[in-house]
Amino acid sequence: MILTTAQATLSHWKRRPGQLLTLVIGLALATALWSGVQAINAEARASYDSAAQSLGQSTLEILEPVSSETLPQSRFAELRRAGWLVSPVLEGRYRLGDRTIRIRGYDPLTAPVAMQPVNLTDPNDLLGFIGGTVGFVHPETYAGLELSETDLEIYAQAALPLGVLLVDIGTAQRLLDQRDAISHLVLWPDQPAGLESLRKLAPDLRRVRPNQTSDAARLTDSFHLNLTAFGLLAFAVGLFIVHGAIGLAFEQRRAMFRTLRALGVPLQSLVIVLASEVMVLAVLSAVVGVALGYIIAATLLPDVAATIRGLYGAEVTGNLQFRRSWWLSGLGIALAGAALASAQALWRVSKMPLLAPAQPRAWLRASSRGITIQLGVAMGLFLVAGLSVQYFSGLIAGFVMLGSLLLGAALILPGILSALLNMASRLSVRPLTQWFWADTHQQLPGLSLALMALMLALATNIGVGTMVSSFRLTFTGWLDQRLASEFYVTGRDQADADALLAFLEPRSDAVLPIWRVEGALNQHPGEVFAVADHPTYRDNWPMLRAVPDIWDLLANGEGVLINEQLWRRDDLSLGDTLTLPDGPNLQIIGVFSDYGNPKAQAIIGLSVFDRVYPNAARLGFAVRIDPEKVSQLRADIREEFDLPDTLMIDQASIKSFSLGVFERTFAVSGALNILTLGVAGFAMLTSLLTLASMRIPQLAPVWALGQTRARLAQFELLRAVLLAALTTVVAIPVGLVLAWSLLAVVNVEAFGWRLPMFLFPSQWLVLGGLTLLAAVLAALWPAQKLARTPPGDLLKVFANER
Amino acid sequence: MLVDLKNVQKSYGDQPVLAGVDLQLDAAQSLALTGESGSGKSTLLHLIGGLDQADAGEVAVAGENLRQMDDAGRAALRRTTVSVVFQQFNLIPSLNVAANLSFQARLAGRFDRAWTNALTERLGLSGLEQRYPEQLSGGQQQRVAIGRALAVRPALILADEPTGNLDEDSGDAVMSLLLDLVRDTGAGLLMVTHSQRLAARLDRRLMLAHGRIA
Ligand SMILES: Nc1ncnc2c1ncn2[C@@H]1O[C@H](COP(=O)(O)OP(=O)(O)OP(=O)(O)O)[C@@H](O)[C@H]1O
Ligand SMILES: [Mg+2]
Repeated sequence: MILTTAQATLSHWKRRPGQLLTLVIGLALATALWSGVQAINAEARASYDSAAQSLGQSTLEILEPVSSETLPQSRFAELRRAGWLVSPVLEGRYRLGDRTIRIRGYDPLTAPVAMQPVNLTDPNDLLGFIGGTVGFVHPETYAGLELSETDLEIYAQAALPLGVLLVDIGTAQRLLDQRDAISHLVLWPDQPAGLESLRKLAPDLRRVRPNQTSDAARLTDSFHLNLTAFGLLAFAVGLFIVHGAIGLAFEQRRAMFRTLRALGVPLQSLVIVLASEVMVLAVLSAVVGVALGYIIAATLLPDVAATIRGLYGAEVTGNLQFRRSWWLSGLGIALAGAALASAQALWRVSKMPLLAPAQPRAWLRASSRGITIQLGVAMGLFLVAGLSVQYFSGLIAGFVMLGSLLLGAALILPGILSALLNMASRLSVRPLTQWFWADTHQQLPGLSLALMALMLALATNIGVGTMVSSFRLTFTGWLDQRLASEFYVTGRDQADADALLAFLEPRSDAVLPIWRVEGALNQHPGEVFAVADHPTYRDNWPMLRAVPDIWDLLANGEGVLINEQLWRRDDLSLGDTLTLPDGPNLQIIGVFSDYGNPKAQAIIGLSVFDRVYPNAARLGFAVRIDPEKVSQLRADIREEFDLPDTLMIDQASIKSFSLGVFERTFAVSGALNILTLGVAGFAMLTSLLTLASMRIPQLAPVWALGQTRARLAQFELLRAVLLAALTTVVAIPVGLVLAWSLLAVVNVEAFGWRLPMFLFPSQWLVLGGLTLLAAVLAALWPAQKLARTPPGDLLKVFANER
Repeated sequence: MLVDLKNVQKSYGDQPVLAGVDLQLDAAQSLALTGESGSGKSTLLHLIGGLDQADAGEVAVAGENLRQMDDAGRAALRRTTVSVVFQQFNLIPSLNVAANLSFQARLAGRFDRAWTNALTERLGLSGLEQRYPEQLSGGQQQRVAIGRALAVRPALILADEPTGNLDEDSGDAVMSLLLDLVRDTGAGLLMVTHSQRLAARLDRRLMLAHGRIA
């Protein structure tokens, strides 16, 4: 019996392969969108991790000699014996042919995994490396090397910085002719408990914290958040589309289900048959969808990889791996979405009266009760959203708010549209317009899921677009202020810094000291900077909050500026006092934005710094100089002081680099936007096609009363455009609320700073145009089908034949 | 006794439709049920067919009490014992004539190729087996529906104005086929009709008025 029943339900698809195809495509597209975003996310995450690892040094603490260039290798052995997990590194300059390169020697046997840029798991490789016959350089460096000048076998390795030759420490000592010498020791991240303190064991060594992540690297966090948000939204859009597609698949066969039941098919068998059918279709579509998602991700990934490569300067594979996490989640959304949607549909089938006249159109009638229920649920969701920001904190609360807001907005959409259409129909006088409005209203329930998906897609577009654009505007503006000087340089030690000052003064317009100490600020890990009184700051630094004459006060040592993170975290106000590490209390006179910095920060005048921290190292300088001369200066400093690049920052290159990152972020989210919109458009097409086949009985009387089929088809087109336009109008505020949530709630929860929001109405116009285009495209085919309906089909309605 | 109704009552909301109907039908007997529009004929038929449930009273079909059956039991009854021919033909639009004809029989596990072929022949549907319902005339569709009902060899056939959608000539032709076939298979027939002329061709005739058998 199950078989016979299945044969009947499946026969529908055989007769209407188009409907089956749209169902499968709808499901597959939803899955593709979701799994594509997931795939990019997973790849990006994995890439961040591996990139961060291959540049491990910057994440590890080191021990370096305070007063000498190098330390004897015996110190390494001593510390190891005392139980400290350390690994030796020797660095130095080396001439190879007519080029100078930096040699970095490390010990692959004791180095922490995080700093091993080269994979030496093969025993032969390891032996060659330790034996002093093998070295590695970046491919670009490799290209310029005169290999004949060395007896080393040199290999290219993309994970290395430019201009560095990586060898075993023994090899480095030999090449640099520094027997038994070490430049510094790298500390393992996790040390055994109960060790004798380093201060006692090695007073001659200074512990240096890892370089704070560069400003630009912090961008990855926001880039990533952007993708995560998009993943969530894609999930919501996908869920609605799956729901709509399954719902239609059931509605199309309502009359058949009733006949089957009348002929004696038990409800249970029918439910089993339909549920298995849905699951088989869902799995099939999900497989197609995951494959499509793979293609989407693979197409977009080069941009993502380039972004990450740029950020970390490290090679990241542009190849997409088939990771279990995302293809499973792709299958998951298809199955879960299908299960959810079919549960509802099956429930309706089981409640379907056996006797009511077979009316496939019952579903089309606007059920005002359904709309009321949806409104109720939406209100509940808004309440959840409100409560979650009010009473909970953390990223989860942010995302809960985001999710409930969006879902709620989607649920009230039919209510809003219904009210608008009712109003229009009451205002119209001509009978045909009246009919048009009423008919549109009647179609609303059949279209509402597709419209909800469209609304979500649009809101996502607007929300994410606003977020990314606001971020770009803010960040680049902020770079201008924050890095107002053209060039920043930090000495390794006081001698370096003194020499630097002497070196810089004749070569620049101004050299502004930036002194820095670390310490707790209100119990948070933080740092205190001292800056000179100079127009560079007076003219460029806008404050989020400030008292009048802020720069005079600062220069006189009568106040302190704090960053937004500290201000928000401790809910401070202007006029409160802040205690500096081992120092005085100062009044807070201003709050500045400090995007991306995880630490608390305070800025004081130089005079206070001199008084409170007389012994602190004074290493940093901001240099005002003609931007054209920056790169020359940089090269000169490198030549003269052998300073690593990490101690020099030039504003222009950071800025152009950041802009590049943003461009790629835009490219990725732009492509995803178009995709989401396309998928939503397809959902609309499916719904319209289904409706078209059910609508003949509604259109037949109007046709019989003297309207041409072409005219009716025009109405269909007009209706699609109209509904899409109304949906766009609703989507704009929803998108803006979404953007606001991302910028002012999720971002604050995630990073502790808030981004100002900028509006980009021109983006909305473009989006609106695209939406209308999608609507026209979606309605074109069904409308054309209608225009070509044989009059016989219309006449049948009057012959009372089904 | 094929059908045995005792004091059957049914109302929709507070509107009583059947107010204590008693009705008996013997095996292989045919009965015409007439009455004004809205008098409850279809409702009564649906109760006997297990498509709906009575509020009170006894409904027994082929010795089984429908009031004690669950949903699955009633479905089994519809599959094997009672076949309903509706005014609208209720064919499955995605199945062709052959598949529609054999559908219920296969559901019931009683498919008999020879019998189905014979039915196809006698109903004048030969050559139309591969067509789909939408490609048939009303009379042809109703003949498929009758064939589907008879293919199961049910004990009882319920027909609700089976020719109501057809013109007089084709209606008479379909009716003659139905009566002949029912007689040949020895099934009982309970038919709702407005037509006194058609009612006269059946063994017995009853009229429903004011919720009772008049
Ligand atoms: N689902 C229902 N809900 C409410 N009232 C109903 C329902 N079905 C039938 N009725 C009412 O019950 C009464 C009997 O209906 P029924 O369909 O049995 O009449 P009928 O005798 O078959 O009429 P006709 O000859 O026109 O087919 C009618 O007044 C009808 O309005
Ligand atoms: Mg009736």
